[in-house]
Amino acid sequence: MPNPFKALRASLSMLMENVRMSVTNIAQNRLRSALTVLGILIGVTAVIALITTVSAVSNSITSSFASMGAGTLNLSVTGSDLKTGLSAEDLEALASLDCVDGVTPSVTLRARVSRGGEYETNISVAGRNPYWFTVNEDAVTRGRALNVLDMEGMNFVCLIDQDMIDTFFYGEDPLSKTLYLSGLSFTVAGTYDADSDSSVTGMMSGTPDILIPYTTALKLNSTNEVTSLTLYLAAGWDSASATEVLESTLDQMFSYEEDCYEIVTMDSLESTMESMTSMMAALLGGIASIALLVGGIGIMNMMLTSVTERTTEIGLKKALGAKPRQIQAQFLIESFILSVSGGIIGTLIGIAVSFGLCRAMGAGFTVSKGAIALGVGFSAAVGIIFGWAPARKASRLNPIDALRRM
Amino acid sequence: MRFERKPALSPTSPGSGNPFFSMVGIRKSYPLGDESLEVLHGISLTLEKGEYLSVLGPSGSGKSTLMNIIGCLDTATSGEYILNGQRIEDMDEDDLAHLRNREIGFIFPNSELLPRLDALRNVELPLIYAGVTGRERTRRAKDMLARVGLTERMHHYPGQLSGGQQQRVAIARALVTHPTLLLADEPTGALDQKTGRQVMELFQQLNDEGNTIIMITHDTKIARRARRTVYIVDGEISESEGGVDDA
Ligand SMILES: Nc1ncnc2c1ncn2[C@@H]1O[C@H](COP(=O)(O)OP(=O)(O)OP(=O)(O)O)[C@@H](O)[C@H]1O
Ligand SMILES: [Mg+2]
Repeated sequence: MPNPFKALRASLSMLMENVRMSVTNIAQNRLRSALTVLGILIGVTAVIALITTVSAVSNSITSSFASMGAGTLNLSVTGSDLKTGLSAEDLEALASLDCVDGVTPSVTLRARVSRGGEYETNISVAGRNPYWFTVNEDAVTRGRALNVLDMEGMNFVCLIDQDMIDTFFYGEDPLSKTLYLSGLSFTVAGTYDADSDSSVTGMMSGTPDILIPYTTALKLNSTNEVTSLTLYLAAGWDSASATEVLESTLDQMFSYEEDCYEIVTMDSLESTMESMTSMMAALLGGIASIALLVGGIGIMNMMLTSVTERTTEIGLKKALGAKPRQIQAQFLIESFILSVSGGIIGTLIGIAVSFGLCRAMGAGFTVSKGAIALGVGFSAAVGIIFGWAPARKASRLNPIDALRRM
Repeated sequence: MRFERKPALSPTSPGSGNPFFSMVGIRKSYPLGDESLEVLHGISLTLEKGEYLSVLGPSGSGKSTLMNIIGCLDTATSGEYILNGQRIEDMDEDDLAHLRNREIGFIFPNSELLPRLDALRNVELPLIYAGVTGRERTRRAKDMLARVGLTERMHHYPGQLSGGQQQRVAIARALVTHPTLLLADEPTGALDQKTGRQVMELFQQLNDEGNTIIMITHDTKIARRARRTVYIVDGEISESEGGVDDA
């Protein structure tokens, strides 16, 4: 009379019995069990702490990138033999495309700045166009922005930041005063806030101390071609479709030569970033899982010792009717319980450690369900994998040999 | 109190073809290097239901080897063994485990209780493997402890029991599944004379109630308590009618 419910009840009760016996045994060898659990605990803590921290940090970096770079594309030009960069006309042609709201070229140079007896070398100077000032409308703190006339006339005017004011105009009003950049005299048209640049290029290239017309900057660099610029997309365009339009225009400009330029979208930057951080997480996680491996070997060692010590118990249980797989289940459950309890505690500690690290680094912290699943799942797997051989050894003990020792 | 017997897996009743207990030409040899050492040289033994048999023999004669085969802990190299209508040869490990659980009640010289379980849990152990659960299991274990007079010691751990009490717990454990056969190897080996006598009286009662008992011993005084005695010498069996207190 096979009754499925009765069979299910019996195997459930068998499971409960095994759990009960395992707990009794674990409690009996308290110190040894605690040390074994500690091995797993340390491994899981390391894995969880590292992976959670790395992913939290990378998340906050990526999201700040995304908010900064929304609606912009970066173009960097390597050029061909015929055409090494983009001229002012090219920039205008790009700016006049439907998909482009405006462009800001990025031209940088280093200059020796002097006034009266004061001088400083290696000051970072950037060329700007009027559109940059419309995008960064809060940049100018006093005086005026650079305008079209400054561009066309390649005027020797500049805006300076607080550092420059402090160095060269301490206690003075800098407006309309003269400042020498690499020996050339520039008139100070205004002052600006160095932290106002919200673009990714601005962030990545660092903030310059002095802004001059980009045409003037090109001239100082003895060129008239721009090789790096940011394109601001018109409303309603996404980076993918804008990239297509831009590519066809740029291909034409470079006479269909290959590899003359590269359009970097935020998406591609983000994905590069993400693959970098996930590689990092994998690497760190890999190193940390060596600790977990060591913990697993600890479990195996304890279980093997336990099997040897309990030979008589195993033989007796077999004599009383325990089937090999019931013996195996008992030992597997024991190593499973040891390992998973280490895994749960380790996950909690790992999350706490990660929380502390994120707070210290100022990165936003989120507990990922994945990390918890990983910690608990990993330890469960370790318990089963490393408990398998000892449990099998126990299940295969010959009851006669086991009882002969009595 | 008499124990009702569960219906056996295959039909059995003495005289209806399959005997209750029958061994014919049982040989057992152990591999020893390239050769093999034969320990049992063709043992034949038949038992009726309700018999009380003692197996006597000097040390090394093969008593334990025979007991392992009777107890289905081991299989014979050759020969035929039928227990409660079931042929034991060629059974796999799971079948043997099942058989040990249902048909055999083992009593070992040193009780062999699990030290981390109390008396009740020790008696429950065979029922766990028999798939008996919950209250039913506890009830049966308690009944059996009452049967050996240990209701008061139910929650004592083996370390808190005397040798004789431990052996009685072991007897309760052997009886709790209502086995076909009680198999005792030197059951009084570790007991003093008085306690040993008490255990022997318990055996006598159990037999009076219809339990079939095989007891292995090398003590002729103990052996005489059984109704029938066989001798094992150098792996050969020789029958001899015994039983002084045959009533
Ligand atoms: N696994 C084995 N391998 C080889 N020889 C064995 C093995 N087990 C038992 N023997 C041998 O079989 C013989 C019988 O052993 P057994 O344990 O059956 O003796 P016994 O009658 O129970 O003795 P005792 O009264 O001392 O318990 C012995 O000579 C022993 O050395
Ligand atoms: Mg022996």
